[in-house]
Amino acid sequence: MRTPPFILLGAVIAALVFAGARLVGNDYVFFAGYTVLQFVVLATAWNILGGYTGYVNFGTAAFFALGAYSSVFFHKFYPLPIPVLVAIGAAVAGLVGLGTGYLTLRLRGAFFSIATLALAVVLQTLVVNWNYVGGSRGAYVIRPAEDSVLHLPYIQYLFLVMLVLALSAVVIARTIERSKLGYGFATIRDDELAAEASGVPTLKLKLIATVISGALMGMAGAPFPYYIGYLQLASAFALEYAVNAIAMPMIGGTTTWLGPLIGAILLGTLQQIVTVTISSAVNLLIVGVLLVAFVIIAPNGLVGLWQRLFSKR
Amino acid sequence: MFSYDLLLNAVTAGLLLGGFYAAVTVGVSISFGILDIVNIAHPAFIILGSYIAYFFSAQFGLDPILTSIIAQPAFYALGAVIYQVYHLSFEKRGQDTLRGLAFFFGILFITEVSLILVFGVDYRYVQAGYIETSWHIGVVDLPLRMLVPCLMSLAMLAALQLFLTRTFTGRAIMAVSQDQLALQLMAADPIRIKRIAFAISIATASLAGAFLIVIQPVEPSIGREYIGRVFAICVLGGLGSLPGMLLGAMLLGIIESFTATFYGPSWAPAVSFGLLLLTLAFRPAGLMGR
Repeated sequence: MRTPPFILLGAVIAALVFAGARLVGNDYVFFAGYTVLQFVVLATAWNILGGYTGYVNFGTAAFFALGAYSSVFFHKFYPLPIPVLVAIGAAVAGLVGLGTGYLTLRLRGAFFSIATLALAVVLQTLVVNWNYVGGSRGAYVIRPAEDSVLHLPYIQYLFLVMLVLALSAVVIARTIERSKLGYGFATIRDDELAAEASGVPTLKLKLIATVISGALMGMAGAPFPYYIGYLQLASAFALEYAVNAIAMPMIGGTTTWLGPLIGAILLGTLQQIVTVTISSAVNLLIVGVLLVAFVIIAPNGLVGLWQRLFSKR
Repeated sequence: MFSYDLLLNAVTAGLLLGGFYAAVTVGVSISFGILDIVNIAHPAFIILGSYIAYFFSAQFGLDPILTSIIAQPAFYALGAVIYQVYHLSFEKRGQDTLRGLAFFFGILFITEVSLILVFGVDYRYVQAGYIETSWHIGVVDLPLRMLVPCLMSLAMLAALQLFLTRTFTGRAIMAVSQDQLALQLMAADPIRIKRIAFAISIATASLAGAFLIVIQPVEPSIGREYIGRVFAICVLGGLGSLPGMLLGAMLLGIIESFTATFYGPSWAPAVSFGLLLLTLAFRPAGLMGR
């Protein structure tokens, strides 16, 4: 399918999801759905760097928190509409991605991963010591009753924003996958040395992937303070984001845009159910166990399993 | 006002801290530096060590450090099992970068969440005679809760360095990352050598964990703070060199101690990351890299 019809199809599905959620008429659907959609964005974003180029980013929480805290910063300064905050979050997270990538992407992949892991700790330290955005106390963001454009209840509006973000993330990932850029990424994943030798500008491509991926994560974080109402360090920098952003593509399959989408919807929904019925600690344990099990047993995720079954017939 | 007492104490505290950091890092220095296995779950095993020391000390009144020495064979076995899984699933299939990292990240997460499920998120601490005592030499304070881990860590490091440079197995470990074929010609199985080395690296986590809980109260997610430190030290000192690692640990200890003394302890975690980035940008081979 070419890109314009795909966008149309995506928009139709998104509209159906939104209409369906409104039909249920329960606010919980929007709260839970928002979280699942947020994971769709994070998993897809992670996969653009991790799945397509093979560079593992452990700092999803850091990029997400950058988006969230830049919203808090500007909210205190002057309450801007959410789409503007999303753009700002994307810019801030993208820039940090560029800086971190520039310093570490020239070395072996492991160094980049370690740097992203440490990035979360450092940004957290920075926020702890920065009183303006709440420091260790956390920051309150008062959620308006309804938005000013569509006059929807605010949680429905946030859900809609995240739905649009999720759709954009998937479309971006799919477009990259089928473009020259995507083939460039794949050469890096398969054999970076050979790619470099055949004249692929590997550093440039890796930086592009890091910036797109980081910016999308920042976008996912930008509406978060409005969703949660009280932004704490622990909720913005939760390791949960990092492990989910890795587990979801790994479980779904890392080589296509479909993998993270499937992984995020399945695992995100499962987590919502487990959090409500058992406990949130158990739910994280499940994610960890699934991640380890899938990387060992099904290295190409559910999409890979499906392809193997399909090609045998 | 600048005070020499303060300076002297900051240096001493930094050196003591550095000795402890060396114990935390030595495992990664072996797994990452020598074997090229990016074991980011190492700090989680250290926290596991802390909780084992806590459990036996709270239940049976055993000394935490003694407990950790007794627990070392169990950690060694755990390390051997993990290496075997890692080898069969990733190393052998040639997929060790992406999936190997995800694997260790999953292990880190499972360990942390399991500890939360068993012990809760409260801070835990241990009691031992030397924890409350402090020696004073002139104006310098020497708290035993820092001095004991530091000295024992140096002893462990010396033993490991002797093992790696003087014994056949140790030399084989140093050689395994350089030339597996040559090692096979010397009648040593590279997989077995790597398994032994990785198991040793996990065994050091037991001791480091006990040191940690002697020094400060521990909660399950505290290990994350050490990921940045551990790799910063490893890279700073130069991969694959224990003396270089010790130098890096001491350096980071002193820098962190200065930051804590003159700017406040809440800034200390950022130091290691800054150092890591600077090292990666300007001298990726480290201070004493091969």
